[in-house]
Amino acid sequence: MTGIVALYIFMLAAFTGYEVISRVPVILHTPLMSGSNFVHGIVLVGAMVALGNAQSELEKTIGFIGVLLAAGNAVGGYAVTERMLEMFKSSGSKGGPKKGAH
Amino acid sequence: MPSALDRELVIQASYLVTAFLFIVGLKRMSSPVSARSGILWAGAGMALATAITFIYPGLSNYPLIIIAIIIGGVIAWVSGRRVAMTDMPQMIALYNGMGGGAAAAIAAVELYRGEHLPLPIAILAVIGGLIGAISFSGSLIAFGKLQGLIKRSFRFGGQQILNMLILLAALILGALLAHGIYSSTGFVTAFFVVALVLGLSMTMPIGGADMPVVISLYNALTGLAVAFEGFVLGNAAMIIAGTVVGSAGTLLTQLMARAMNRSLGNVLFSGFGDTGGAAASGAVTGSMKPIEAADVGVMMAFSQKVIIVPGYGMAVAQAQHKVWELCQLLIDRGVTVRFAIHPVAGRMPGHMNVLLAEAGVPYDLIADLDEINAEFETADVALIIGANDVVNPVARNDKSSPIYGMPILNADKAKNVIVIKRGQGAGFSGIENALFYLDNTRMLYGDGQAAVSQLIQAVKAV
Repeated sequence: MTGIVALYIFMLAAFTGYEVISRVPVILHTPLMSGSNFVHGIVLVGAMVALGNAQSELEKTIGFIGVLLAAGNAVGGYAVTERMLEMFKSSGSKGGPKKGAH
Repeated sequence: MPSALDRELVIQASYLVTAFLFIVGLKRMSSPVSARSGILWAGAGMALATAITFIYPGLSNYPLIIIAIIIGGVIAWVSGRRVAMTDMPQMIALYNGMGGGAAAAIAAVELYRGEHLPLPIAILAVIGGLIGAISFSGSLIAFGKLQGLIKRSFRFGGQQILNMLILLAALILGALLAHGIYSSTGFVTAFFVVALVLGLSMTMPIGGADMPVVISLYNALTGLAVAFEGFVLGNAAMIIAGTVVGSAGTLLTQLMARAMNRSLGNVLFSGFGDTGGAAASGAVTGSMKPIEAADVGVMMAFSQKVIIVPGYGMAVAQAQHKVWELCQLLIDRGVTVRFAIHPVAGRMPGHMNVLLAEAGVPYDLIADLDEINAEFETADVALIIGANDVVNPVARNDKSSPIYGMPILNADKAKNVIVIKRGQGAGFSGIENALFYLDNTRMLYGDGQAAVSQLIQAVKAV
């Protein structure tokens, strides 16, 4: 990947992120923050490559910590986001709480 | 066995699909109707990218990789499944910090290797490492504060100057590293230590109420750090996902800060509470008028429209399930019920919606400030439970008040205002609430859950 192409990707991705979020209602701020937190868990693939290429003991140790943290970011981010969004239901939806149900 | 070139193509194509799934997932997460499927799309993308990375050419240390994934994944999964919904903000901070730490670790591995990196790559590695390390230690402090492990906000004169000096030191060390003059192990270590200290010292003075904005900011920073390390590794999935989160997170941070009537600079460079509290406002005249639950029950049962204004106090009292039970009784009687949510009703914007959703409240009954404020005038009853400052009319009309200018819910416009409150004390910010003294306001004293239970009995008895 040449530098200028990387910059194009950077610019377009930045606009995309802005547009995707721009009309989000306040009710979804917390789950969305959690969801975007999950998305940067993609750092896991980078950490895997870093550890996979590590040579010295020091590099291996830090790479190991990196993969461990990244896996925590990805898995934890998914777990909490999914739990929060699972609960959002409209009164019309089938899975929604029935009147009088407890 | 496919050739290395084919393998490379398969990996790049998979990363492309992952980037697509992430963007679609985030888009779907920004609407309540499709939000649930959004995380599934994004999750599929993550699974694909992780799996395909195992065939990355030239990797070794597979046992270490797998062990690290299992340990990190299992701990995060168990904690993420168990955490109470009220504790969600600090868990997000924690997972976010882990991501920042991972980005810093990638930078550290690259820099410790001591190979000569081309200058642009070295600069990106250093900046990504700096941001990632700040996000890591800062998020851990945010977690500690919200979890109640760190109770004090350490503030002292000249703190901002000290932070600037630490930042300067980190930048100088980073510049020397990137230039490649100094690349010894000790030098790299010093750089990361300074970066971690910077995250600590930046976050320590910030009060708990501002923490959501800070967590959101660190979320955006981690995204940026991931993107920079993506450039270093030539990994398009990391660049795209990291940048998308970086820009989306920045926007989200601004939205949150605006909802809380705070500017980002204000949050980072001044402590709340320094200006608030006792400095407060002119004396409030009148008295608080108590009311019995039975009377409130009758009043609500014969209303056309009831608006509930929940605050974090409701969640602390674990009253949200009872509140929804009460609402269902009212809905069955033909009363229109709405929930009015102030952006800072929970511990971060949108948090109260999650807590209500947990109790089973459908999201279409929940309205935010802009939608609901005009409706208070037509409401027979505004029931305020566990909220205080967000319904204080002094924010509209008393310029001397520290909360002047903060957008509030106009609950005082309702025909009757009922406030469920434990005692007669002032709110979170220590500011006297003029709403409690209005002629159309009645106070229902008691613990949130017990008071709502009484209301349920009262409505049933009608």
